[in-house]
Amino acid sequence: MELFKHGKDFKMDVLKEVGNIGAGNAATALSQLLNKPIDMAVPQVQLIPFEQIAENVGGPEKIVLAVFLRVEGEAPGNLFFIMTPEAGKKLLHTLAGIEVSQDGVFTEMEQSAISEIGNILAGSYLSSLADFTKLSMMPTVPGLAMDMAGAVLSYGLLQFGEMGDDALLINTTFLEGEYEVEGQFFLIPDPETFAQIFEALGVPLEHD
Amino acid sequence: MIEEKSIVKVAMADLNVCDSQGILRTTGLGSCVGLTLYDPLLKIGGMAHVMLPSSSIAREGQLNLAKYADTALPVLYNKLLTLGASPGRLVAKMAGGAQMFAFSGAGDSMRIGPRNVDSCKEGLEQMHIPLIGEDTGGNYGRTVELDCSTGKFTIRSVQRDIKEL
Repeated sequence: MELFKHGKDFKMDVLKEVGNIGAGNAATALSQLLNKPIDMAVPQVQLIPFEQIAENVGGPEKIVLAVFLRVEGEAPGNLFFIMTPEAGKKLLHTLAGIEVSQDGVFTEMEQSAISEIGNILAGSYLSSLADFTKLSMMPTVPGLAMDMAGAVLSYGLLQFGEMGDDALLINTTFLEGEYEVEGQFFLIPDPETFAQIFEALGVPLEHD
Repeated sequence: MIEEKSIVKVAMADLNVCDSQGILRTTGLGSCVGLTLYDPLLKIGGMAHVMLPSSSIAREGQLNLAKYADTALPVLYNKLLTLGASPGRLVAKMAGGAQMFAFSGAGDSMRIGPRNVDSCKEGLEQMHIPLIGEDTGGNYGRTVELDCSTGKFTIRSVQRDIKEL
């Protein structure tokens, strides 16, 4: 991307911090929901080809449970909250005390609960980012899918698709130790959003 | 003699051709479309993993022709003709174009799957290539394979039976 020609390392670090703040708040929200400590990994910022994005969750054919929200406002983008179906079941059992079925199918009630958890976490992710950058970010109603990672994640790549064959992804993994509930946040800001974020944070767009 | 067939991978926003020794394969189609052309006499085929309906929206400097329905089809067609395929013999099969997430009022980008399918069909019609097999739409992902020794098009998806076209 043109924008990363100058001062790439610094800009990547800024985006890491963006992921850190967003996912940090979401992890806190989850921790409060579960009343359990939640660990979070250092965010990864990757500028990678479309094909490789699904490798982050185990390949394009790996079955994932994904909550997807389109972010609207001054800094539009796509936000995914991704878990394995098993982690989703554990989360429901731990959090909602739902006696979950173990056949890999999610009932309507279970789907609705997962959507709502995704919604709460995404909301805290975005509101902390909005506070930090003073840019408006509004989540749309979440959509839920349990399917192949490639099929699900391709929805986050459409805006980048018009620009090239790489996308910039801010990826944060969190882990609830006791029950081993692991999940990932993928924030894929629209290509135009980076300039907005950098400007809002006072990052110079050009270096010499 | 048993011949080992090789898998020829087609990445997202990419296309490829092969002869009867190979199986063209693309994985995890969501809103994207796996579009294939096949010459049954020469047993050569091609597959494109189409991501967006039209190159008119492109803002990239170096256009990736395989990414857009309207540009991928002519490229695939010409590649097969170069390998000796006859335009009159080519047949098309395709799958994908799903709507993975149901949203209300999330705008046009959510309908990208059906738009990809429509654009592929339009192109095929313009080039007079018959579409003899289709598994499109729905709300689930697909992995597809075109066996170039037989022209058989196989569609795999989660929690659904394998389909053959």
